[in-house]
Amino acid sequence: MIAARHLRTLCVWSFAILLVCCAREKRNYSPPKPPAPGKGLKLVSLAPGSSAPTAEVANPYEGNALAISEGKRLFSAYNCVGCHANGGGGMGPPLMDSQWIYGSDPQNIFATIVEGRPNGMPSFGGRIPDQQVWQLVAYVRSLSGNESPFAMNGRPDQMQVHRQDQSLPHLPPQRGSAPHP
Amino acid sequence: MTGTDVMPYSSTDDAAQHEVLQKTWAPRRGLFSWFFQIDHHSIGRRFLFTAFVWFGCGGILAALMRVQLAKPNNTFLSADRYNQIFTLHGITMMFLFGVPVMEALAVYVIPLMLGTRALAFPRANAYAYYLFLFAGLMVYGALFLDMAPDTGWFSYVPLASPAFAPGKRVDIWAELVNFTEISALIVAVEIVVTILKQRAPGMSIHRMPLYVWSMLVTALMIIFAMPSVMVASNFIGLDRLVGTHIFNPAEGGDVLLWQHLFWFFGHPEVYIIFIPGLGIVSSIVTVFCRRPVFGYTAMVLSLVATAFMGFGLWVHHMFATGLPQSGESFFTAASMMIAIPSGVQIFCWIATIWLGRPSYRPPFMFVLGFFAVFVIGGLSGVMVASVPLDIQLHDTFFVVAHLHYVLIGGAVFPLLGGIFYWFPKMTGRLMHEGLGHASFWLVFIGFNVTFFPMHKLGLSGMPRRVYTYLPETGWGALNLLATIGAGVLGLGMLLFFGNALWNMWRGRAAGADPWGGDTLEWATSSPPPHYNFLRLPVVSGREPLWHEPERAPVVAGLAADKREVLITHVFDAAPDHRYVYPSPSPWPFVAALATAAMLVGGLFTPWSFAIGLTVLAIFLTAWFWPSSPAKEGEESADSPKSGEAS
Amino acid sequence: MLMNVLTYAALVHESVLDPAGTHARTIAGLWSVFLWVTAAIYVLVMVALVIALMRRGKHDAAETPRGTYAAVWVAGAASVMVLFALLTASILTGRAVAEERSEPLRITLTGRQWWWQIDYEDADPSRRITSANEITVPVGVPVTIHLHSSDVIHSFWVPSLNGKRDLIPGHDGTITILAERAGLFRGQCAEFCGVQHAKMALWVNAVEPAIYARWVEGSRKTARTPSTPSEIAGLQVFLRSPCPLCHTIQGTDASGSTAPDLTHLASRRSLGADSLPNTRAALTGWIRDAQQAKPGCQMPAIDLRSEELNALVDYLGSLQ
Repeated sequence: MIAARHLRTLCVWSFAILLVCCAREKRNYSPPKPPAPGKGLKLVSLAPGSSAPTAEVANPYEGNALAISEGKRLFSAYNCVGCHANGGGGMGPPLMDSQWIYGSDPQNIFATIVEGRPNGMPSFGGRIPDQQVWQLVAYVRSLSGNESPFAMNGRPDQMQVHRQDQSLPHLPPQRGSAPHP
Repeated sequence: MTGTDVMPYSSTDDAAQHEVLQKTWAPRRGLFSWFFQIDHHSIGRRFLFTAFVWFGCGGILAALMRVQLAKPNNTFLSADRYNQIFTLHGITMMFLFGVPVMEALAVYVIPLMLGTRALAFPRANAYAYYLFLFAGLMVYGALFLDMAPDTGWFSYVPLASPAFAPGKRVDIWAELVNFTEISALIVAVEIVVTILKQRAPGMSIHRMPLYVWSMLVTALMIIFAMPSVMVASNFIGLDRLVGTHIFNPAEGGDVLLWQHLFWFFGHPEVYIIFIPGLGIVSSIVTVFCRRPVFGYTAMVLSLVATAFMGFGLWVHHMFATGLPQSGESFFTAASMMIAIPSGVQIFCWIATIWLGRPSYRPPFMFVLGFFAVFVIGGLSGVMVASVPLDIQLHDTFFVVAHLHYVLIGGAVFPLLGGIFYWFPKMTGRLMHEGLGHASFWLVFIGFNVTFFPMHKLGLSGMPRRVYTYLPETGWGALNLLATIGAGVLGLGMLLFFGNALWNMWRGRAAGADPWGGDTLEWATSSPPPHYNFLRLPVVSGREPLWHEPERAPVVAGLAADKREVLITHVFDAAPDHRYVYPSPSPWPFVAALATAAMLVGGLFTPWSFAIGLTVLAIFLTAWFWPSSPAKEGEESADSPKSGEAS
Repeated sequence: MLMNVLTYAALVHESVLDPAGTHARTIAGLWSVFLWVTAAIYVLVMVALVIALMRRGKHDAAETPRGTYAAVWVAGAASVMVLFALLTASILTGRAVAEERSEPLRITLTGRQWWWQIDYEDADPSRRITSANEITVPVGVPVTIHLHSSDVIHSFWVPSLNGKRDLIPGHDGTITILAERAGLFRGQCAEFCGVQHAKMALWVNAVEPAIYARWVEGSRKTARTPSTPSEIAGLQVFLRSPCPLCHTIQGTDASGSTAPDLTHLASRRSLGADSLPNTRAALTGWIRDAQQAKPGCQMPAIDLRSEELNALVDYLGSLQ
């Protein structure tokens, strides 16, 4: 009897897992043309804080492992790392937090990449094919934990910053003096 | 007091003994009794059947690949699908067929051949079977979800590391390795313990049948080789799931570490698969030439030498990675020298045939096929052992040809012969001989037409694992020929297994000993009773049934109303003590379910292992809980408290 | 371009048994030794087996004739000796093949998913040459190729010239090739490297030293300036489309570094690491949707109007 109950539970669980698997594992190399929500959006909405998306356009790659992985590759190939580092931010804002100036919904990020934003974010419209923009969107959202963790890479493969690798020893800040240049 | 006795028994004694033994050893009845089974016949049969089901699946995958490669620029399969299929074909044949089927046959045959009542650790045996079943279900389920592993059965990093293998495909590979290797290791331990401690009195170590020797050697190799791949698979699991950098060169990890870990298992794996085949060949040659195998000592030493050397040549899979000259020379020498023990065995078999009087029945035909095919595989193995030749031939279709000549020649031909040979023992019925001959010739011709042209394809520059090729390369004609051959081969296999399935119910009744066999399994009825032997035999030679089988002494003094088994000494097989074996239990199945849930959960989160091991500990406690003396007492009131093995 | 296509099929040299390089020739010699020796062994074993089968041995004879022991001993000893001979031949050949040679010409080969980047090193950066999927070498000069991988393990293998050598991340290696005669030699990646492993081929073009010198001169030049209106328009399309994010055309603003350098695209034999011949039609289709010819490759489908695409192909076709 115990065995039968286990079997039933197992069936239910495996069915649930299977449903999730399908979207995550899909690998369609020439998908139909993905939707581009950029047309309806204003160039600069300049509305920091919470932003209301204008049109609901779902990312066709939401939760897709291959797309997130490709997005990650493109993120360094297109030199996004130059400003955003690997999500930690630098010249550009960090992407590891989930509340963003211009919205963190897929279509907001799509618009940010395509249209550009004031103070440094260039417009990649016409430069990056829409399909790849969506892949970047999926990856960027995965940085902030907005994508399913099961679809994401288990680790960053690029070189990590280690404290002991840096030239200056790490000193505690001293009271009253300016930080070391 | 346990001892040997030559007192003749009357038929009324026999009937009474049968009653008691039957009551003691028979499996329980009822709706869920399937999950309680632990006896080595039913688990062995299930193991064999399941392994052959996966073999069929792997064969279908191979056929799909051959169709795709039949012509250049074919679009029958997409690149992604092809990569999953060739990976799964390799995984199936190596992890889900090659090793398990050999162990499965041993689980069935070895206790009979040794003249004992049961396999050691019967509950663990059931547990190992369920894990093996779940492993195949998981990976074929993944294929239907388009998420089967696609990085090759060797799953090299960095291609399998997180950056280049998104999704859960490689995690499925890693967990599959865990599943199958736990299963294989458990069965290997059972086989070693059974062989060393449960031989019939008098079957000292130099009287063991050569098949038993081959399984002992194989099981010991499994115990030493498999942990290496489990370490590797859990390393990659850690890299992918926890974010370690064991194989990440950017962070000081090393990708070659993977290849060493993998091939330290992967090369012995080849021997693990075909050494049992060599044992089967010895059994069949003995029986069908009516003569003991020539050079018993040389045969045994060759098996042992192969096993030792098999661990010293894994690097010949890595010649193209660029190694120091001296290292390359060492591994070349080792790889060539391993041909010597195999050669010695071939010479001994030929000498046996020379001295004996062969009868050309289907099992023997498969052994002849083994000679014709395996020797080619061995000789092309000498070629790829040479560094300069290997850097040309490595990872080409030449190697595809070589490995199929070795594995199909060295393992599948003997295995098919062995199935034909032991089929009457397992089912009580004979397979059809005419169909047996027909299937042999189809398999033999189909095999050679498929794989021989691949030598040439490799020399012409065709790399392995390509999903298509350009017409300009000129590889089309030989590929088409290979595909046609694969059709013939598949037909032969269908005929063989059709023959087996049909005659399971419709075959001619076999009787206890249809072939005039020499070893103990032919001394009991076909199929054997649950307790194997009414009276446990005592052995006084290497071919017990050929030396006065009528008046052979038997063991006396074992309780029939308990699952009591005679334990003997390792070397001389002198009776040592009695041991009570455990009764059927559902816990192995439940524990296997929990293990499967843990490993499948391990695809998604490392916490699965923390939770799963805790749950498993509870189930294992239930499994090992000693049955109460009162309950035992129902069957034998005066029995002393005896330990149970599982 | 047309010439390329016509001569494509006739010129494929891609066989271990058709050596055109010193190393491959030495190895082919060793192959012949192994082939004949192993074939002889096979025939001997099979003859012994057949004779054993034909002979009707004595049934159940208890003792074994002495001759049998002798025969098995002799066979065993003979196989040990033959194996030692083969081992010696193999190690001597291995030494010969691995012998270090001088490096008048140094090339770096970078394996990428799924194409080959080729850099001719030079102390003067302006004299470096970058190309893809096609190595031009002078006949009779040993060329040391430095092997490097930027992603997964690949394996460089041109059967007519030398054996293979893996490109392993974190373990750079070298391989030397020496072409003995002029010709085009094909090779394919020989280590499974992902979804398009099958379409990762390269060509080695061995030419006479004089032709090689001319090729070097031409290849060091920056890209040809567009001359016709269509070509000029094509360059504009190139620069404002996604192309320059990945591709470089020297002499223009395009300086992407993750895809093949297109400075002399029109002089190459094939597209997409020998996925397609380098024809106008193939190039048009490749730009429109490379995923048709090579599903999974990193070149995305480019959405262009047909006149833009025409101009772009005109321009790229002019980059001799």
